[in-house]
Amino acid sequence: MSVKTLKIDGIDIAIEEGATVLDAARQAGVPIPTLCHLDGVGDIGACRLCLVEVGGSRRLLPACVTEVAEGMEVQTNTPKLQEYRRMTVELLFSEGNHVCAVCVANGHCELQDVAIQVGMDHSRFTYRFPDRGVDVSHEQFGIDHNRCILCTRCVRVCDEIEGAHVWDVAQRGAACYIVSGLNQPWGEVDACTSCGKCVDACPTGAIFRKGSTTGEKERDRAKLDFLVTAREKHEWTR
Amino acid sequence: MAKTVVIDPVTRIEGHAKISIYLDDAGTVEDARFHVVEYRGFEKFCEGRPFTEMAGITARICGICPVSHLLAAAKTGDKILAVKVPPAAEKLRRLMNLGQITQSHALSFFHLSSPDFLLGWDSDPAKRNVFGLIASDPDLARAGIRLRQFGQTVIELLGARKIHAAWTVPGGVRSPLSEEGRQWIRDRLPESFETVNLAIGLFKNLIDNQLQDEVKVFGSFPSLFMGLVGKNGEWEHYDGHLRFTDSQGDIVADHLSEDDYPKFLGEAVEKWSYLKFPYYKPLGYPDGIYRVGPLARLNVCNQIGTEAADRELQEFRDRAGGVPTSSFFYHYARLIEIVAALEQIQILMDDPDIVSSRVRATGGVNQLEGIGVSEAPRGTLFHHYQVDENGLIRKVNLIIATGHNNLAMNQTITQIAKQYVHGPEIAEGMLNRVEAGIRCYDPCLSCSTHAAGQMPLHIQIVGSDGKLVNEVYRN
Repeated sequence: MSVKTLKIDGIDIAIEEGATVLDAARQAGVPIPTLCHLDGVGDIGACRLCLVEVGGSRRLLPACVTEVAEGMEVQTNTPKLQEYRRMTVELLFSEGNHVCAVCVANGHCELQDVAIQVGMDHSRFTYRFPDRGVDVSHEQFGIDHNRCILCTRCVRVCDEIEGAHVWDVAQRGAACYIVSGLNQPWGEVDACTSCGKCVDACPTGAIFRKGSTTGEKERDRAKLDFLVTAREKHEWTR
Repeated sequence: MAKTVVIDPVTRIEGHAKISIYLDDAGTVEDARFHVVEYRGFEKFCEGRPFTEMAGITARICGICPVSHLLAAAKTGDKILAVKVPPAAEKLRRLMNLGQITQSHALSFFHLSSPDFLLGWDSDPAKRNVFGLIASDPDLARAGIRLRQFGQTVIELLGARKIHAAWTVPGGVRSPLSEEGRQWIRDRLPESFETVNLAIGLFKNLIDNQLQDEVKVFGSFPSLFMGLVGKNGEWEHYDGHLRFTDSQGDIVADHLSEDDYPKFLGEAVEKWSYLKFPYYKPLGYPDGIYRVGPLARLNVCNQIGTEAADRELQEFRDRAGGVPTSSFFYHYARLIEIVAALEQIQILMDDPDIVSSRVRATGGVNQLEGIGVSEAPRGTLFHHYQVDENGLIRKVNLIIATGHNNLAMNQTITQIAKQYVHGPEIAEGMLNRVEAGIRCYDPCLSCSTHAAGQMPLHIQIVGSDGKLVNEVYRN
C-alpha cells in the first residue's frame, strides 16, 4: 500500500493512497464542517460544506470525495471558503422550513451546530417557505420533509448498512424530495424493517421517533459504527 | 361635534390593543370599544403538524402563560391517545400550573397594575411603571419581583426552562421534580407567603379607603361567571368540571364537560377586533356575557380547600357584601389565588409522587378528536383538535381566556369612560383609568411585547364628518 504526502493548512500529512482529503484533515486534527458525510457509509459530496481549496485547481473541491494526491496543498479555512460555507448554510435554512424552537431535534441538530460553526446569525436570503408534507404513517417513525436538507444519509444508511433501500430521491432541483418505497406512505413500504437507522443517521429533525416532542430527539450514532465494524472486521463489541 | 378618542396601544397588558372612546356632540361618552389589533394565526398553521408537537408549538403563543397552553395541549393529546396519565404526572402538571399562577399573578399585580394604585392614576406616566415602583418602594418591588421569580423557578425546576418549557407531553410529562428542586421550593415558600400576605394587606386597605370609587366603577355589573370546580365544588385549576354561576351566586349550570363546550359556548365576531366574543349560548349574544379568571374562579367555587385561602375567600365575600361582581376585585382575587397556589404547592412538596419516575403513558392515535381544558391564570382555556388516523392535525380551535372576557372588557371600559372621560379636553389620567379597566382582566393578547417603562399613547380626535381634528402621540 503506497502512502501519499500532502499539506493541509500548512501541516504535513502522510496517509494511505485512496484516502480522502476529509480523512487526511481529520487525521491531522483540522476541522472541516460536514453535513452529508456519515462515517460508515459512502460519500456523495451533496452538501458542499466541506469544500476546500486545492493548489493547482481553479475549482473548490469537496473534501469528502476528493482523493489525496502526492504533493497536494490544501487550504480549508480561507476567507473565501468561510463565506461560501456560511452562504451554503443560509441557503439550507432558507430552502426548507426550519423552526428550531418547536423542532424535535432542537439542541441536538447538526444543522444548528454547523450554523453556529460557520457563524451564521441570520439568513441573507429570502425564505422560500415551501409547502411540504409530514408522513407519520409508519407505526414508530415519522418524516417531516420541512426539515429535510436532502443530505441523503437516510438513503445511504438504509441501502449500505441495512440493505433494505427503503429511501430514495425523487424529482430534480428545488422540487427534490426523499421518497419511501415507490413514493408510497412510509407505513406501506414492505421493505422497511423498522430498524431506525435512518432516525439515527438524520442530521436534523426530519426523521424522528413518533411521539417525540421539542428537543427530544437523540441519536445512537455508536450503533451505526458498531454495525459497520461488525460487518467489515467481524468484531461485535461496542 | 361627535368625536372619537383612541388609546393606541393599550399599555401594561400582554399584547397589542387599542381603545376607541366615542363622544357625542356634547362631549359625553356614548360607547367604548376594546380592539385587539394583532393576529397570530396559530389555529391555521398548526394544521398538518403531528398532534404530539402541539404543546411545544402552542406554548409559543405566549411568553407569560406558556404553561397554560402546555397543559391544555397535553390534556387534548391525552384524549387522542385515550390514556389516563399516571398520578405522578397529574400532580407534576398541577405543580407547574400552580407555579405559573403564582408568577403570572405576581406580574399582573406588582409589575403591571400596582403602579396605578400606589403611585396614583394621575401620576407622571413616565414613572407610573415598575421602575417608578422600585424608586418609591424598593422593598415592596423587590418582594414582588422575587415572588414572580419563585413561580418562574418552580416552572424551571420541572421543565428545565422558565419560558416555553416543552415538558408536558400527551400521556404525562417528561421528567419528575428532583430532590434538590423540592428542597429549593420548600426553602422559598415562607418568603413567598410573607410577600403575598403583605400585598393582600396593602390592597385591602386601598379598597377600603382610596380606591372605593374604583370598586364601584371598574366593571361593576351583573354577569355570569365560568370556571372549573372540583368534585365537591372546590377551587380548581387543572381538572374537574365547568360551572356557571350568576351575580347572586346561584348555579346556572353545573357538571359541564369541556367535551360539550360547543353546546353551551357560542363565539361571535365583530369586524373591529381580531378577538372573538364568546357567549353563553342559552342566553344568546350579547346577553350571554360571562367572566372567567381569578374573580370567576373564586365566585364559582364553594370553597378553596386550604386554610389560609379559605379564610381570605370568606373575607373577600364579606367585604363585597355578597358575590363580588366588580372587575376591580380581579386584583384582590389574584392575590387570594396566589395564597391558594402556595398552599397547594406546600401540600405537593410532601407528596412522594412528585419525584416518581412513572410520569408518562404512551399510546397511539386512538381517538380522532380531543378537547382539553385548563385554568390559565387569566381564565378557562380550551384546546380542541381533530386529527387524521396518523395523528396529523386537521383542525384546531383555541378558546383563550382573554376571549371569554371580551364582552366584559368592553362593558368595563364603557362604564369607566362614562364616569371619567369628558370632552373635549382629555386628561391623560382619565385615559389611564380606562386602560386600567382592561388591566383588571390582565388580558394576554400575545407573547407580551409591550415595553415596560415606556408608555406610548396615540390619541385621535375625529370629527363627526370623519376628519381628524387633533392627534396626540406620547412616546
